[in-house]
Amino acid sequence: MNSLQLLPQTASTVATEWNWLFWMLVAVCFLVASGIAIVLVYWAFRYHRKSENELPPQIEGNIKIEATWSIIPFVIFLGMFGWGAHLYVRIEKPPVNAREIYVVAKQWMWKLQYQTGQREINTLHVPIGEPIRLVMTSQDVIHSFFIPAFRVKQDVLPDRYTTLWFEATKPGKYHLFCAEYCGTKHSGMIGWVYAMEPQDFQRWLEEGGSEGSLASTGEKLFHQFGCANCHHFDASGRCPLLTGLYGTEVHLIGGKTVVADETYIREKILHPRGQPIEGYLESVMPTFAGQVSEEQLLALVSFIKAIGPGAAALPRSSSGTSNVQFGQQKGIAGPGATSISGSRPKDR
Amino acid sequence: MSTVVKIPTAETPNYLTEERGILSWLLTTDHKRIGLLYLASVTFFFFIGGIFALLMRLELATPETDLVSPHTYNELFSMHGIIMVWFFLIPSIPNTLGNFLIPMMIGAKDLAYPKLNLASWYIYMFGGIVALYSMARGGVDTGWTFYTPFSTIYSNTYVVGAALGIFISGFASILTGLNFIATIHCMRAPGLTWFKLPLFVWSHYATSIIFVLATPILAVVLLMIAVERIFQVGIFSASLGGDPVLFQHMFWFYSHPAVYIMVLPGMAVISELVAAFSRKRIFGYTFVAYASVSIAVIGFLVWGHHMFVAGTSVYSAMYFSLLSYAVAVPSAIKVFNWTATLYKGSISWDTPMLYAIGFIGLFTIGGMTGLFLAALGVDVHVTDTYFVVAHFHYIMVGGTIMAFLGGMHYWWPKISGRMYPEGISKLSALTVFLGFNLTFFPQFVLGYLGMPRRYAAYPPEFQTLHVLSTAGATILGAGYLMPLIYFFWSWHYGPIAPPNPWRATGLEWRTPSPPPKHNFEVTPVVTQKAYDYDAMKEELGLV
Repeated sequence: MNSLQLLPQTASTVATEWNWLFWMLVAVCFLVASGIAIVLVYWAFRYHRKSENELPPQIEGNIKIEATWSIIPFVIFLGMFGWGAHLYVRIEKPPVNAREIYVVAKQWMWKLQYQTGQREINTLHVPIGEPIRLVMTSQDVIHSFFIPAFRVKQDVLPDRYTTLWFEATKPGKYHLFCAEYCGTKHSGMIGWVYAMEPQDFQRWLEEGGSEGSLASTGEKLFHQFGCANCHHFDASGRCPLLTGLYGTEVHLIGGKTVVADETYIREKILHPRGQPIEGYLESVMPTFAGQVSEEQLLALVSFIKAIGPGAAALPRSSSGTSNVQFGQQKGIAGPGATSISGSRPKDR
Repeated sequence: MSTVVKIPTAETPNYLTEERGILSWLLTTDHKRIGLLYLASVTFFFFIGGIFALLMRLELATPETDLVSPHTYNELFSMHGIIMVWFFLIPSIPNTLGNFLIPMMIGAKDLAYPKLNLASWYIYMFGGIVALYSMARGGVDTGWTFYTPFSTIYSNTYVVGAALGIFISGFASILTGLNFIATIHCMRAPGLTWFKLPLFVWSHYATSIIFVLATPILAVVLLMIAVERIFQVGIFSASLGGDPVLFQHMFWFYSHPAVYIMVLPGMAVISELVAAFSRKRIFGYTFVAYASVSIAVIGFLVWGHHMFVAGTSVYSAMYFSLLSYAVAVPSAIKVFNWTATLYKGSISWDTPMLYAIGFIGLFTIGGMTGLFLAALGVDVHVTDTYFVVAHFHYIMVGGTIMAFLGGMHYWWPKISGRMYPEGISKLSALTVFLGFNLTFFPQFVLGYLGMPRRYAAYPPEFQTLHVLSTAGATILGAGYLMPLIYFFWSWHYGPIAPPNPWRATGLEWRTPSPPPKHNFEVTPVVTQKAYDYDAMKEELGLV
């Protein structure tokens, strides 16, 4: 028999607040439940039937008492709701500067890709003290990415990106579980998360090696699928300019706007005629549904992001040609790995 | 009240002896006999579902999958859920005790539509046989929740067969709900106004509303699964252009109210037991009655709390969280009122009261852990873990089954005309209570530690808690077998029961045990409120 563990590991920024809220709930519920239990048992003895023919005094009820035990619980419940909602917003809303890692789930494994090109299966290495944002999708059924020590969980859906973020606080090895039943080997769809000191993580990245950054893979795909034939880098093409697009608002026909986020880009590659863009009434783009895998889509998303407005911060050559090149410094981590020589992104 | 009670003699025929032979049972339209048909059926399904549970618990005694394969394990928990939810819990109290008692409690001869009542039993059995057949053919591995696109595209098991079984039996639920609503509206005895009704009837009325309004959604969603699976029409599967989360919305729009279908009848029983064994009118009768109705109504508005990590928006999550707390208020009101009823009562410790006190304790824990799950940030960690499993078993097993057993003991003298053996039945109540807690309390800890549900294998550090749970399940199983055995014994050899062994106030106790075919010799006229011990003290011989 294995040793009994009674406290879960606490290793993320939200986990501490989670513990406080959980134990507050335990305390309140324990007090109330034991109060009810004590009263029940005490009265059951105190008023135990003394003679077979006993008729106790009949008590009708009392509106003041009813109001008291309706309103007080409700107020307490509102407090629980408020704190729970506060923590939820914290868990759901990622910081803007988070390091992004892409996750593709399938029966029954987790495939992870770093922006710097490293790939892992069923293991995730992360630095402590840095927010990590996972962009996740599934190739088949619904899965759920769950790291108990971090108190985070998010369902991973097919045909859609969901995101999850956390910031590890303690180095260590933590369970990664699939929490949404996904078929025969659901209980085998597990792995480990290694939280590391930043310098150890940096070393791990360098040792891990890669065939260039994810964005550079995306760039190759961009040419391979012929995207560059129409989507030129200097607005001369007959299709929308993708440089500087990421994160900006796109005006659709009909007056609506959408933010060009990961989901939008994925959707546009797969179903380009779904939401016609203002100024591009006749969509000439063919659909890529069925031709491009989820991992390739994520690489393309990574590429579009890399040439987005944020790319202004990245080192690039001075000339404004339509030649974009990535991954010249293979296997080297950090933003420097993504060196861009391309057109200057449009400012927001 | 002026109902003349005749002591039954061998010559006075009752509903059991009026007609004899197998056909007199299979073609009966007597609500009491149909209640017994249901009783036999739900007991059968309960033990089938229980065997699946026991096999699961045995498999989980070790971290590896050594007793059964992962696929078999997945089928076991799926079939356990399907059988227990749709073929045991949902019909358990309403169709057995509700069927038997509602007409008697309101002073009627039968339900409003006796033939429809029999039809509902046949529909239920047909659905049950279809579900069992598809399980015997090879089973189903989708979980009782049938989440898409796993159920529509990826599972290779008999999904359509199982769904068809549930689809069919759903019509039995709808017919029962309609029948109860019509009966409670139209067939109350002279003088029996709404606020003179026993709380058992109020709670069943609330249940019936959910039966009628929610079950059709289940039928629709199961049909959609079948259509997508058979004809590849894209409804829920992303690869066919559908939306898998739409399924979850539709499924829980039925299945969350269905939770209240399962627990409201349990609350119905507890109100009767607490009153009878405290010899007091329920404290705050009106509030308890309205609490049942508000649970039924608000229960329709909380389904999204099953989907806080499914990718829904933060604002919709807040809405569902807030309403989930709102639905907890009427449940809390009930618990407080039952407890307050004991105050200055005359409390006997007969077996049904032990079950009732056990119910209040376990339902309180089940309800309060629901407060954890409604707290959005907390739910993120504990959803889809054993915490949820423990939570709903405290409601469904610790609540509904405790109430069902308590009710069976309380009305057994009325049903069978015989008393059950008090000593061993107290022992069984204690065994069930202890076995239940040993089975499911460790599961709260497991979920808190992060052990996901529906895992055939698990990391070794969880083993101690799983072994405790398996040990508890064994004790619980023994606790459930005991009533089965002594009720059979009592049916033949138990001491003859008087018409009103508990000196309770309900109309069902003003007629012989077992009752005559048409319940009452003379239609009763009701002049007093429910549980009015003062008004009836002479008749009941109380001082």
